[in-house]
Amino acid sequence: MILAVLQLVAFLALAPLLPGVIGRVKARVAGRVGPPLLQPWRDLLRLAHKGAVYSRTSTWVFRAGPVVGLSAILAAGLLVPLGAPSATVVFAGDFALMAALLGLARFVTVTAALDTGSSFEGMGAAREVTFSALAEPALFLGFVSLVRSTGGLDLTHLLGAGLAGAWQSDGAALLLVALAIFVVALAENARLPVDDPATHLELTMIHEVMVLDHSGPDLALIQYGAALKLYLFGALVVKLALGARFADPSLAFVAFLAGQLVFAVAIGLVESTMARLRLTRVPQLLIGASVLSGFALVLLLR
Amino acid sequence: MSLFLIISAAGLTALSGGWALALRRWPALAQRLATATLVTGAALGMIGAALALAGQGADWAAPWPTLNASLSVRLDGLSAFFLLPVLGLPALASVYGVASWPQAERGAQSIRLQLYFGLVTGAMTMVCVADHAILFLVAWEVMALAGFLLILTEHEKAEVQHASFVYLAAAHAGNLALFALFALLGRLAGSFEFAAMTGLDGASPLAGWVFGLVLFGFGIKAGLVPFHFWLPGAHAAAPSHVSAIMSGVLLKMGIYGILRVTGFFATIPSAWGGLLLATGVVSAVLGVAFALAQHDVKRLLAYHSVENVGIIAMGVGLALLGRSTGTPALVVLGFAGAVLHVVNHAIFKGLLFLGAGAVHHATGTRELDHLGGLGRAMPLTAAFFLIGAAAISGLPPLNGFASEWLVFLASFQAVLGHGPASTPLAGLAAPALALVGGLAAACFAKVYGTVFLGQARSPAAGRGHEAAPAMLAPMAVLAAGCVAIGFFPALWLPGLTRAAGAWSGLPAALLAGPAAEAGQGAWSVSLVAGGLVLAVGGLVWWRRRRLGGPQPTAPTWGCAFARPSPRMQYTGSSFAEQLVLRFGWVFFPSTRVEPPTGNFPRRAAFGSQMPDTILDLGILPVLVSSVRVTDRWRAQFGGRVQSKVLLLLLGVLGLLAWLALARPA
Repeated sequence: MILAVLQLVAFLALAPLLPGVIGRVKARVAGRVGPPLLQPWRDLLRLAHKGAVYSRTSTWVFRAGPVVGLSAILAAGLLVPLGAPSATVVFAGDFALMAALLGLARFVTVTAALDTGSSFEGMGAAREVTFSALAEPALFLGFVSLVRSTGGLDLTHLLGAGLAGAWQSDGAALLLVALAIFVVALAENARLPVDDPATHLELTMIHEVMVLDHSGPDLALIQYGAALKLYLFGALVVKLALGARFADPSLAFVAFLAGQLVFAVAIGLVESTMARLRLTRVPQLLIGASVLSGFALVLLLR
Repeated sequence: MSLFLIISAAGLTALSGGWALALRRWPALAQRLATATLVTGAALGMIGAALALAGQGADWAAPWPTLNASLSVRLDGLSAFFLLPVLGLPALASVYGVASWPQAERGAQSIRLQLYFGLVTGAMTMVCVADHAILFLVAWEVMALAGFLLILTEHEKAEVQHASFVYLAAAHAGNLALFALFALLGRLAGSFEFAAMTGLDGASPLAGWVFGLVLFGFGIKAGLVPFHFWLPGAHAAAPSHVSAIMSGVLLKMGIYGILRVTGFFATIPSAWGGLLLATGVVSAVLGVAFALAQHDVKRLLAYHSVENVGIIAMGVGLALLGRSTGTPALVVLGFAGAVLHVVNHAIFKGLLFLGAGAVHHATGTRELDHLGGLGRAMPLTAAFFLIGAAAISGLPPLNGFASEWLVFLASFQAVLGHGPASTPLAGLAAPALALVGGLAAACFAKVYGTVFLGQARSPAAGRGHEAAPAMLAPMAVLAAGCVAIGFFPALWLPGLTRAAGAWSGLPAALLAGPAAEAGQGAWSVSLVAGGLVLAVGGLVWWRRRRLGGPQPTAPTWGCAFARPSPRMQYTGSSFAEQLVLRFGWVFFPSTRVEPPTGNFPRRAAFGSQMPDTILDLGILPVLVSSVRVTDRWRAQFGGRVQSKVLLLLLGVLGLLAWLALARPA
């Protein structure tokens, strides 16, 4: 019970630390000191206290985007086990709702971007919907493999009890699924090699260019939402990798948090060692992720 | 009682257009009376359908000596679920028609439209309750012909003539298959009464032909790929509220036929479910891909109907697989997903077509890339359209998600693979459906963004104005339907489970378990939807507290462009380009490029068109060349009556000879 509350508190409080860790790792690899870990939280607070400027072209759709987007990601957080033995809401087919809620968040962000009438934001929006549509089958093929391997239909079982023994019997398949979900996580969270969060050229951005016109509290909501989304995908990867290794719930919770740290470090290392792919190459990466989880399914059905 | 209501609904709706004809001298009154009659009939019928859903099925029969048949009608759970949209959507669309197609202005055109509009509604109602093959075929034919005449409303336009002819040809090719289908079924069952057609053996050799004819005959009506070719043109050419009922409910009669006929069989070969599932996947993926490539908003919506019919076919295919493998969970979830999606698609597609019609009405163009910024001029239409767009993209907490979620669950049940004859490969439907959802969201982001957001791309779009109240009210009702079903999908499950039991012949006890699990899931969806609303409320409050009063405004950040213009906005075509490129293997766009040349280029142009691969590159060239060949042959007879009579005579003699030789002595 305490853990059930604690996992939500950790979700809300620790998520912005993930971008902080990634930034720190990248700085270290590059030989710099880097910003403090709490920098993302400070940025959020600073933005929340600012005013906002709105484009004259925009309507209520623009203002609704950040609010609905963050709410959808928060609601998706209810469906993912975030360290405690079970997610807050558990039912058969909950992963479809989780994916659809993230889809809702994306849809409102995209419409808000188009509401400004800027061709740059249109470009970013077009790329976002293209890449996420191609990432969707990879994620669901991964779910299909997990369902086949664990025999359950809810995330709590798929990423928890169901994995007991699964790593021994279907290790290769699960490894492929974990890799595929990691690639999807990179794409969905606008990380390298799909999108460069640190670039300064609008023409090459995806996520950042969509939110060019947002400012103040709206931008804070968007950035907080992005951090939460990264934490959710981290949870999928970490829970899958940990399996049912820790029987003691509190130990499992600590292991989960440590796993999230490793996840962020891994992303930081990927970002330090890879360049952004050419935009026309990104679909190939995502189809590659689908192929990985497809192979996993082949292994399981054999 | 419930059946009496349905029959009176069929009569009232079918004859409602009579007012328009009878009271021609008072056009405004005539149209209002016709609409009121249609709405009354539809309301009576919907009450009847609701009673049937609550468990009051009924049947009735009377002899029909002229055709050596009987007028048998039956109302069961399956009919009742189809009757709700079949009556509800035309009623709303006819109210819309009062403002969008007024008899006082359009005169004869509007009279014809109202006559056939009522007729098609009545005929669809009869199709849903017909319990005899002959009655079914008669109602089906009336429905097909009335549909043709409806498309032909603006018959002076070449585009309309072309589209309606393709529709007529396709519909009758399908009808021909249905005649053969019911002849075969009559032979299998020994009677043309549907009541006698129960417990048929799907493994018999004739049954394979039956299913082939079902796929072709009903597949054409439903618009499954590759039989969808008639659909985009026809739905684009008809007036918008007619497109709404054609896309929203007329197509679903094909699905109804597939469900009705497969319900006659006691055993289902697993090939049937597999084939229908595969067809559904192909339809869904190609439908949405073609939709992405369109720039006429109504053609785009029509292609989305192909997509959604594909999703419904996936559900039916999974349910059929469940019946062959004896998996109750697959039967319940597949059937419930498919039938609920029938209702849902009628609601949001009706809403989207009415919204598109309002835009067309206000601006005079259906070309996406000429529109823009209409959200400001027509805020209510824009808000309703946004709800429809989110619903069709399968986004929670709206109704499209509810039914797609059931189909997802069904395909994951297939992955689990209970029993010896499991079909885990059917689980591949889930990633396909996820891809379709992602593409549909992309497509509607494109539509909504290009039409309603940003700035007007042409003077016509700048002159847009809000739609009339009679047009807004039906849209409001449909939008409310999207929200209501989306928030409380669980309320539909008991009725759907009963209908699934009647359709599959499985005992209720077997279906109860999976239905209860789905019900628990559906309530959890409602719970999360409630959480979402709470979060939105909280964040709106927080944002308002932070920002207080009005904030400063500025032009959109133009990335240092000195003179930005609305023409520089991303267009719908450019928005979808990256995704359309992925489907280069089925698309053969014709582009016209006039590149800028010289040191001081003056004029450059670019235009592109996306022909339908099946119709424009497959069927039409084949037909045109075959006509050319037969023309040459016909020219031998040079239009002389005598030689034509000779041909006729030879044909009759040949037939007689065949009969004499083929009949065993």
